[in-house]
Amino acid sequence: MADPTSHTSLKRRRRIRRTVHFGEPMPPGAHTFRAAWLCGPALAWVTVFLLVPLAFVIALSFAQRGDAGEVVWRFTLENYSRLFGNGALGFDPVQPLILARSIGVGFATALLCLLVGMPVAFFIAGLTRRWKTVALTLVIIPFGTNLLIRTYGWQTLLSPEGWLAQNLASAGVPLADYALYPGWPAVMLAMVCDYLPFMILPLYASVEKVDWSLSEAAEDLGAAPLRAFWHAVLPQIRPGMIAGCVLVFLPATGQFVIPDLLGGAKVALLGNAVQQQFGGSRDWPFGSAIAVAALLVMLAGLWLHTSVTKGRREVALP
Amino acid sequence: MSRRSPLTALGALLVFVFLYAPIAVVIVYSFNAARYGTEWQGFTVDWYLRLIDNDAAIAAAINTIELACTSTFFSVLLGSVLGYGMSRYEFPFKRIFHHVLHVPVFIPDIVMAVALLLFFSVLRKWLAGFELGMITMTLAHITFQIPFVAIVVRARMADCDPQLEEAAADLGAGPWLTFRHVTLPLMLPGAVAGGLLAFTLSLDDFVVSFFTSGAGSTTLPILIYSSVKRGITPDINALATLIVLVSALTVVTVAWMRGRTEVKN
Repeated sequence: MADPTSHTSLKRRRRIRRTVHFGEPMPPGAHTFRAAWLCGPALAWVTVFLLVPLAFVIALSFAQRGDAGEVVWRFTLENYSRLFGNGALGFDPVQPLILARSIGVGFATALLCLLVGMPVAFFIAGLTRRWKTVALTLVIIPFGTNLLIRTYGWQTLLSPEGWLAQNLASAGVPLADYALYPGWPAVMLAMVCDYLPFMILPLYASVEKVDWSLSEAAEDLGAAPLRAFWHAVLPQIRPGMIAGCVLVFLPATGQFVIPDLLGGAKVALLGNAVQQQFGGSRDWPFGSAIAVAALLVMLAGLWLHTSVTKGRREVALP
Repeated sequence: MSRRSPLTALGALLVFVFLYAPIAVVIVYSFNAARYGTEWQGFTVDWYLRLIDNDAAIAAAINTIELACTSTFFSVLLGSVLGYGMSRYEFPFKRIFHHVLHVPVFIPDIVMAVALLLFFSVLRKWLAGFELGMITMTLAHITFQIPFVAIVVRARMADCDPQLEEAAADLGAGPWLTFRHVTLPLMLPGAVAGGLLAFTLSLDDFVVSFFTSGAGSTTLPILIYSSVKRGITPDINALATLIVLVSALTVVTVAWMRGRTEVKN
């Protein structure tokens, strides 16, 4: 539990120390001036090239599309009502399904990554120092490898004439053509594979700090190994689990490349819907509304994270 | 789950196989003699040799490196100064800016991409001769790189005692000497780490580049994407293998450098 008094006193002490600069007390005006020219340029850059464009997107999401695909600046809420299924011909489930599907894919990917990443995190934590570095490097190499390449590798691997399908067929596993790719199996395999490092790294950071004597104590007191793990180890790695899930959920819901290359037409997520509206359909206002929805999902994910951890960041997000 | 049970080790091994499966497939097929399809028809290095004559691939490689170098240079400059400033100074709305800085980190690529596309197309209406191309891509890359550099440098400076700089000043060093001999060496590891991160982010970026690129500014990820859309060919596998090799070498170098600094400290 954080002690509020110590926090404020620390803050005050810092402020006092910081205003002493180059051996002399610095007047507040000079302090702000220095802060402005140090932080100003980069913050101005991010404002101009990110916040202003995002404001454009939000503004455009309330505009209309002209007949030729041009933007008509007349206020409307139609784009958002379309997002919730109000089509020209009554209820149209396509858009709400895309939204639900994206959130579902995000949760599913996070959960699967958690299950698959758990043994790796424990395994690495049990290695000697030298092998730890090797194993962590092996986790980071795919992480630093282009996502496109890792994604289209699955395409080769899972295609009907590919190595996996052929071997499964010769082993007698009945598998229809295109059962794996394009479609859900390919998308989920690639999602989990691509985002696994985001889970393993924070999870490992937590497992590394686990106090194993607690689990030993639990077993000494008669708990079965599984029960000891559940009650004595799992609560200790909760911060890593939460950080990993957030780090996987956020990019997974906004994914565009993986469903685009591996999903076929059946598996469209928010990202694909945005791309379609800005590309082929030339309906930028509606595309902007979908982009705003994707942005809100991201904010909701971050909000959930801070409320679950109550603002304490035990494992730092990047 | 215990740390050293054979079951955990087996599970971890399987996960590593899973993690590397798609990369391994790309590498293996880059040596496959078959022009079409995924049937194995013998070993060849022909696809690598053909890359030398592939003008599109070479142009894309040059664009990619040029883009990564230019954007990293500016983002390290802007981001390091920001990271330093945020670690040492208080200013109004600092908390808000702190959150703003995390927007590019978590924003879905595609949202940032269409936002910039929209922004640049509005600019094009106002500015004659402003076209999508290397310049717009560089501006876009700098935007998503700045926060990563700033966050890394800020974390580094938070570990460094500001009194070191004050001590230098007490000993008679002016602002420039203090910066040159105290602040800069303290900041450098953070700036280098942040710069390497920014560089790889730029090399790997596809979505933002795809939406802000114009004629003649194709990068390697864009080239690979359009080739995969048309159908995977062995020469694309060869190109991808080379990219994997470069990324892997970068990661190993960074790990090795970090290992050395840890030993030193």
